[in-house]
Amino acid sequence: MTQLIEVSGPAMLAGDAPVPGVLEARESQITVAGVTLVADVAGALYWPEERLLVVSDLHLEKGSSLAARGVLLPPYDTASTLERLAGILSRYAVHVVIALGDNFHDPGGPARLAAADRAKLFELLRGRDWIWIAGNHDPDPADRIGGVFARSLALGPLLFRHEPTPQANPGEIAGHLHPVARVRRRGRTLARRCFVSDETRLVMPAFGAYAGGLNIRHAAFIQVFGALAFTAHLLGQRRLYAFAAARCLTDGGL
Amino acid sequence: MSIAHQDTSTLPEPFGRWFAARGWTPRPHQMALLDKAGAGRSTLLIAPTGAGKTLAGFLPSLVELTARPSRSSLARSRTGTSGSGLHTLYISPLKALAVDIARNLEQPVAEMGLPIRVETRTGDTPASKRMRQRRYPPDILLTTPEQVALLLSTADAPYLFATLKRVVLDELHALVTSKRGDLLSLGLARLHRIAPSLMTIGLSATVAAPDELARYLVPQRAGGRAQADVLIADGGAAPAVTMLDTAERLPWAGHTARHALGEMYDLISRHRTTLMFVNTRSQAEMLFQELWRINDDGLAIALHHGSLDAAQRRRVEAAMAAGRLRAVVCTSSLDLGIDWGDVDLVINVGAPKGASRLMQRIGRANHRLDEPSRAVLIPANRFEVLECHAAIAAVAEGAQDTPPLRTGAFDVLAQHVLGCACGGPFLPDQLFEEVRTAAPFVGLTWADFDAVVDFVATGGYALKVYERFAKIRPGKDGRYRISHPRVAQQYRLNVGTIVEETMIKVRLVRSGRGGHGPTGAIARGGRLLGELEEYFIEGLTPGDTFVFSGEILRFEALAEDEAYVSRAHSDDPKVPAYAGGKFPLSTYLAARVRALISEPQAWPALPAQVREWLGIQHWRSRVPLPGQLLVETFPRADKNYLVCYPFEGRLAHQTLGMLLTRRLERARLRPLGFVANEYALAVWGLGDAAFAIRNGELLLARLFDEDMLGDDLEAWLAESALMKRTFRQCAIIAGLIERRAPGEEKNKRQMTISTDLVYDVLRRHQADHILLHAARQEAAVGLLDIKRLGAMLGRIKGNIVHVALDHVSPLAVPVMLEIGRESVYGEASEQLLAEAEAVLVNEAMR
Repeated sequence: MTQLIEVSGPAMLAGDAPVPGVLEARESQITVAGVTLVADVAGALYWPEERLLVVSDLHLEKGSSLAARGVLLPPYDTASTLERLAGILSRYAVHVVIALGDNFHDPGGPARLAAADRAKLFELLRGRDWIWIAGNHDPDPADRIGGVFARSLALGPLLFRHEPTPQANPGEIAGHLHPVARVRRRGRTLARRCFVSDETRLVMPAFGAYAGGLNIRHAAFIQVFGALAFTAHLLGQRRLYAFAAARCLTDGGL
Repeated sequence: MSIAHQDTSTLPEPFGRWFAARGWTPRPHQMALLDKAGAGRSTLLIAPTGAGKTLAGFLPSLVELTARPSRSSLARSRTGTSGSGLHTLYISPLKALAVDIARNLEQPVAEMGLPIRVETRTGDTPASKRMRQRRYPPDILLTTPEQVALLLSTADAPYLFATLKRVVLDELHALVTSKRGDLLSLGLARLHRIAPSLMTIGLSATVAAPDELARYLVPQRAGGRAQADVLIADGGAAPAVTMLDTAERLPWAGHTARHALGEMYDLISRHRTTLMFVNTRSQAEMLFQELWRINDDGLAIALHHGSLDAAQRRRVEAAMAAGRLRAVVCTSSLDLGIDWGDVDLVINVGAPKGASRLMQRIGRANHRLDEPSRAVLIPANRFEVLECHAAIAAVAEGAQDTPPLRTGAFDVLAQHVLGCACGGPFLPDQLFEEVRTAAPFVGLTWADFDAVVDFVATGGYALKVYERFAKIRPGKDGRYRISHPRVAQQYRLNVGTIVEETMIKVRLVRSGRGGHGPTGAIARGGRLLGELEEYFIEGLTPGDTFVFSGEILRFEALAEDEAYVSRAHSDDPKVPAYAGGKFPLSTYLAARVRALISEPQAWPALPAQVREWLGIQHWRSRVPLPGQLLVETFPRADKNYLVCYPFEGRLAHQTLGMLLTRRLERARLRPLGFVANEYALAVWGLGDAAFAIRNGELLLARLFDEDMLGDDLEAWLAESALMKRTFRQCAIIAGLIERRAPGEEKNKRQMTISTDLVYDVLRRHQADHILLHAARQEAAVGLLDIKRLGAMLGRIKGNIVHVALDHVSPLAVPVMLEIGRESVYGEASEQLLAEAEAVLVNEAMR
């Protein structure tokens, strides 16, 4: 499983030459229920008309959550996630941010935020409307994280909620499933986080630095889309790659 | 020292009588080892297989235990009182070997009526017996490195090992080349501290530097150098090794040796029992399959490799021992193990890889020392002919190329530090001194040790936020203790340094029972065939056929952690891609092959087909002189190729390929891909490298400059899948990630994800973290072979010779043939994604 590596123009690593034959475009357009949205390679969705940005499954403080159970993962996941979010916010003129649930890995997460990370978060919130959608990991409003809290949010033809509903209504934008698609080429299998959409509804990739993934061929996605008739938009380093779900590999397990 | 003329003292009774009753005379090295033990000297015994090495190792203990004045330990254990305690610890790299040795040892003990209790302790030993062993230890305990670590992590270790007089380390040459050897060295250091009068005996096959290996056996002193005595037993008759001079056409590439199948079968039918070694599991499967296809005489030919079900492997070994088999096709799974007297021929198919490795394999044939071992090498392609030729010359000279002693790994040290804390409180400076007595850790600095302790305690992060979750904490007395009994439980589940690929059980079901999808309804059960790597199974789609367990199978479905397969009615299996040998070509053999190529006067000894091949190369292009790197460029089908011949093994070549493509990219030569084999590397692209070289736009000296191991390497490591795999292994060994985590993340697939994510985050936020150091250290010699690449770049400095050709050279053909067979552009996943997408687009538009 390859974690998305944020490589934007100026932050490009030394020697990280462009890959031949690959276009220099870092976003694609995905239409959902008639609304044209911009999918960014960093795993965020931008709605230009509304100047609205959606990110899902940040799982902030997952590291410290596991540490409490004896797995001492590097305590930099929150900083890393917020940094990447800041990078996106600097590229689009964002007035509204929707964090689509599982924003914190557990209800104790907000209280464990390191001072620097909290400051960074407030910096991102400044001058914007920020909506924390409830997730299964963080079902209730939290203190000292700013923004407003909502179970779900309807805006025009779109409905934003954390868990996708089976055979969802047109316009549903959800997260929760952490979609990952696997494709094979020249004997190698590649797995990437992805947007999943059938133009009627969409499931967001997980954004959090430590968030795991679920293969899009898992039955859960059939439940959402009704059939194996959806497209996976894989996050590359500089652009998205679209594959029909039926062409992606299964892995049988999670 | 040679012991050919050792004083022949006599064996004490009842051993003398027992030997005499069998018509045996003790071998000189057996007597010499007895003398060494009597003099209280730790000793390294180097002897070929079949020399009675193991009995030699036990003889001193048996003699001492028999001579001891007290009541018999049998009586003591019966009455349940504490005896004189554990006397000898025997440590083997193989669990099965420990069990076999115990059986072999019990026989003389019973026949002589010795008052000695011998027991084994492995992962399979029932908990009740383990408990009893700790309370009433046997006189001799046979076990594995992991069990030693476990025993040392208990509070009663000082009691258990206080009486220990001797440790016997079997197959030491094999143990010390891995992290298991690092872990065992730390355990030995601890044992030496608990029982200061402890003596060690190391049993080893022939190695390149015996004095280095002998350091492993005794505590090292700061600034000084300590080593055990070395005994080298007579090697017996020189082996008779030949290379098959095939009547068939020699393949240019590939590793199957299919061309020589008939000749191999003929060899088997003319010998009593043949061991056929190959380098990979898939080669073993293929060869086994093909041999049965032509097995008109119905010879009993069996298959043995590490992925087969353990019970099945044991059955093959038993049939072998009973003399019921004519041949066994095997991998390194049979490099070690008990001796089988009846093997009269060893066939090594493919590249020998190293002189010492080959000699150890040859030693598996004919264990009577007075008769020569007979071996036939079967090269699978033209380059392998050169390698076989070089290896035979090396065997004739008795040259050795075993790797040097390792530098101890930090992740292993972290595991040991936690184990020590589980055993009882420790003072860091005392533990530091103890650890430095272990030979692999003799150069450890306090700063690194301190960082490792900090890692074990709270993760070792610059951001100190995990103090309250610390696993070990210093008390007021300065001693570190575990913070919770749960920490010790976790340690016990994670002990050991063998990080397996995630394996999937393979079960045989009837065809058609499989569902239509991965989670399709399928009946559970079916015969267990063995286990396959998850990545292999992941590459299959239902309906794919492949060879495993000696059968052509059809993949039906994967359900949770089991793969269901049926017998395929197909003659054309999708054989697993050749994943490269586990062991790279040794630097020593590589040098010999380079020398052989550079000396046309030596070519007459080579088979005619190979001679002709090199001759045309000489005429069309050139053959590189020793120390030279030959670089050829030529156009072919709209692309420009650059081929070089470092002979440094596939892993180092892959790393070189990654770094060269980056540099060619910067030189605007638009590289598209590369492919590497053991001998050469081919890079191709749209830009004309030959033109750029001629114009002075591309300087080969710059292209191959050692500075590629600086920034270019760093940038690549950031995204390298191989580096992530290396990091994952370090993270598991060090205990950052658990093998079996309780709770939600019990699924190993999820674990794989998280270590990659952890690597990315850690690298960006704390690049100097001790685990990243550990991963780098490992990468230098492991999957990336950076150390070897560095040595090569240094060697060829100022010695690069370029030949611009108008078409492919004979020497380049083998690596060119790998294109399409090997995965290309090893790491450029973006390129592959784009290609995969394009392929689908083309299909759709057609």
